[in-house]
Amino acid sequence: MSTNSKPQVGKKRSRAAETWRRLKKNRNAMIGLSLIIIIIVVALAAPLFIDYETQVINQNIAERLQGPSLKHLFGTDNLGRDIFFRILYGARISLLIGAVSCLICCTTGVALGAIAGFFGGKVDDIIMRCFDILLAIPSTLMAIILVAAFGTSLFNIILAVGIPTLPQYVRIARASVLTIKQQEYVEAARAIGATNFQIIRTHILPNCLAPVLVQATLRVATVIADAAALAFLGLGIPEPTPEWGGMLSAGRAFLRDYPHTVLFPGLAIMITILALNLLGDGLRDALDPKLKK
Amino acid sequence: MADNILEVRGLKKYFNTPKGQLLAVDDVSFTVERGKTLGIVGESGCGKSTTGRAILRLIEPTAGEVLFEGRDITKISTAEMRKLRKEMQIVFQDPFSSVDPRMSVGGIIAEPIIINKIIKDKVAIEKRVAELMDIVGLAPRLINSYPHELDGGRRQRIGIARALALNPKFIICDEPVSALDVSIQAQILNLLKNLQKDMGLTYIFITHNLSVVNHFSDDIAVMYLGRVIEKAPAEELFENPIHPYTKALLSAIPTPDIAPKKERIILRGEISSPINLPNECRFAPRCNFTCDKCTKGIPPLVEFSPNHFVSCALMDEQSKTKRTVF
Amino acid sequence: MSEKIVEIKDLYVDYETDDGIVHAVNGMNLSLEKGKSLGLVGETGAGKTTTALSIMRLIPDPPGVIKKGSIMVDGKDILSMSIKEIRALRGKYVSMIFQDPMTSLNPAITVGEQIAEVLREHDRKMSKSESMKRAEEMLRTVGIAEDRIHDYAHQFSGGMRQRVVIAIALACNPQLLIADEPTTALDVTIQAQILETMKELRKKFGTSLIMITHDLGIVAEICDEVSVVYGGRVVEHGTLEDVFNNTKHPYTEGLFNSLPNINNRTAMLRPIPGLMLDPTEDPPGCPFAPRCAYATSECEKSKPPLITFSDTHYVECHRYKEPDFKLQGRD
Repeated sequence: MSTNSKPQVGKKRSRAAETWRRLKKNRNAMIGLSLIIIIIVVALAAPLFIDYETQVINQNIAERLQGPSLKHLFGTDNLGRDIFFRILYGARISLLIGAVSCLICCTTGVALGAIAGFFGGKVDDIIMRCFDILLAIPSTLMAIILVAAFGTSLFNIILAVGIPTLPQYVRIARASVLTIKQQEYVEAARAIGATNFQIIRTHILPNCLAPVLVQATLRVATVIADAAALAFLGLGIPEPTPEWGGMLSAGRAFLRDYPHTVLFPGLAIMITILALNLLGDGLRDALDPKLKK
Repeated sequence: MADNILEVRGLKKYFNTPKGQLLAVDDVSFTVERGKTLGIVGESGCGKSTTGRAILRLIEPTAGEVLFEGRDITKISTAEMRKLRKEMQIVFQDPFSSVDPRMSVGGIIAEPIIINKIIKDKVAIEKRVAELMDIVGLAPRLINSYPHELDGGRRQRIGIARALALNPKFIICDEPVSALDVSIQAQILNLLKNLQKDMGLTYIFITHNLSVVNHFSDDIAVMYLGRVIEKAPAEELFENPIHPYTKALLSAIPTPDIAPKKERIILRGEISSPINLPNECRFAPRCNFTCDKCTKGIPPLVEFSPNHFVSCALMDEQSKTKRTVF
Repeated sequence: MSEKIVEIKDLYVDYETDDGIVHAVNGMNLSLEKGKSLGLVGETGAGKTTTALSIMRLIPDPPGVIKKGSIMVDGKDILSMSIKEIRALRGKYVSMIFQDPMTSLNPAITVGEQIAEVLREHDRKMSKSESMKRAEEMLRTVGIAEDRIHDYAHQFSGGMRQRVVIAIALACNPQLLIADEPTTALDVTIQAQILETMKELRKKFGTSLIMITHDLGIVAEICDEVSVVYGGRVVEHGTLEDVFNNTKHPYTEGLFNSLPNINNRTAMLRPIPGLMLDPTEDPPGCPFAPRCAYATSECEKSKPPLITFSDTHYVECHRYKEPDFKLQGRD
């Protein structure tokens, strides 16, 4: 007895459009998305109206530790630098770390996971055991170890916070591939003469995209948090580059009397991570199996 | 001398499970004449779907030969098999899961053409896709629609168009209408029949629905637990079923009429587990007519009357005479 | 004048979804006398399951809403009862069985326990041991060996599981059993067994039956009366004799014509052209008109009237207003 005979009620839409429609309805996800867009725009536009040398780096002891005012919106830090401008510039760093680390690790992880899932057997075993080991180590700890071992250049930090996220991508890609492999349309592709490569490229990877996208959004948040943690511990990008975690760390000594030095960087980190999480959760709901009736 | 486009000899597919060996397809042989339809019927677990897939090497057979136009395709390389796929296609049962939900109707139908590089020019591909959609009765405006927007009947037409895209000679229809509503079933069956006439196709039609298989096939093979237990031309099978299972199967069909029915044969028990089957007639545990020969090995397929084959121990004894106990 | 076990009048049920309002049931009328069995025939989306679920108020609300109508079970007004009162009826007066036995059975407890649970639910004074004894009896009644009382659902095959489901449904000897495509997922020989069992149980317990199915063969097997459903309404109703041998509605005729005739194998099938009505639409005329070979312009403009042929047989069709109108007849 057919339960699928009834045509889907509603207008004709592609899957992507359907997902966007569902996402739009989720108020939290839209808040998250808007915040992210604002942060990205700000980060990109920062060099246009802020002169890096004078306003971000230059110390001005005379104006140190001033509270928020019209001249310095978020006040100044212990070296007299404008916190507001440093936070705007810091957004560039955080987003850069988040985006690049995500891109590298996402593509690598998904490729490895897809190979493991598709070919199975020994290939699967070897890949999975390697990443199981990685999973056992807490991400922040691993990042610390890697930076301590290899130094604190920007690229090292990107890798250090990214590598702990690899196992998640591998697992998700592998799980998706395993499920999709069983679908009849993969068998159908074989029946029309597709090679393994064609099947992976046309059928398997596109259908994996959904959970990977959700994971990537959420991982950017953890990567940014880990990068901030590293900076907080003094293992981040060296001064005077403004990085939120570093600003947090520097402000610690002045917490009691000048809380604004800690408050604003802290808020920046918190809001970014919150926005990413809201968006990620919203994406997960929008891409939910509800779509696959 | 009949032109047999397909000849299956001793086809076997065994699976090794932790509990033992699963004899999904156990020594199945038959031939299919070009332009005709062979129906394979049986209930769940009889191995009919596995047989279909093994013929196309979507599942690798454990043993046996499959001769397509005289050539044993079980022994050829994967690359060569891929080339052959243009001639042998399959239509699946579930119109929902057998098409990629991310691809549009046009994309799904074009895929075999693109993969096999039959046509390279984009415009020509579109033309061919439109042609195929027309042949199977899909409105041209649906070319950019997605499968989930369409009903089961239309989705199944996509599957059929995809199977036709490569101009095959031979199509395995694996329960092509079982997932569809009754009135849509009839539309699809008519379509398949017309295509066969127009394009000279040969079909293997796999189903559990006896009324449909009768309507659609020239010859019918009845399978039970991995073996063919009876094979005959369709009309002959329905008028003179010999094997006790075939008889029970035919009598179990609820017919949509209220004429007084003759006594229905109700089988005892359920189908045995296909794992570690003993060396006896597969149907013996449920048969009402067993004798001691039934448990002493699997009876061979014997030709009871011209073209009518039965595998039954009781048949073996008096192969040319109809047993009165039936 | 025999009593009616269930009487539905003018029922309207909508599902309010994101994509629009689905008019699942549009003015359903149904009645069944005690001890009889009714076949509710139609294709997917016709509204049969929704109607059946309404009888026991099992429609999830949201998104399902019963907009209008009345449902009486054994004289009780279902729509005005509280959920607590309805729960007392479920299992005791009215039981329902569904298509997929695996999802109807609890995989975590034994089958005996599931039957016993139903018994104790409706008779709080029953002791555990007594309920298990009665569970054993029920298993025997549906043809399962009693020693399987401590087995779990996954240890049974599909047909046996469905028998367990029937045992649970009949444990409290309900007056009405609603069966929604109970054999569709089963092999044809197992289906024959189950139908046979259901017939025996009906004779033994005198249960009334509503059998929802798309298979006219099953209807012929087990039902006394038939209601053919299309677009959320009954378009034809009658006894077996009326509907099978004296078919009046074009849709019913179309259904019979779509079936491969086992006696005439080579005839081309005559399918009903087009597709089932989109349930979000609410056309002004007959819902079947777009697909009907006999439709006239009036059919598209206004809803068809009820035409009665006898005490038992009625149809909703404009064409029968003409005195000489007849269907072409089946093959």
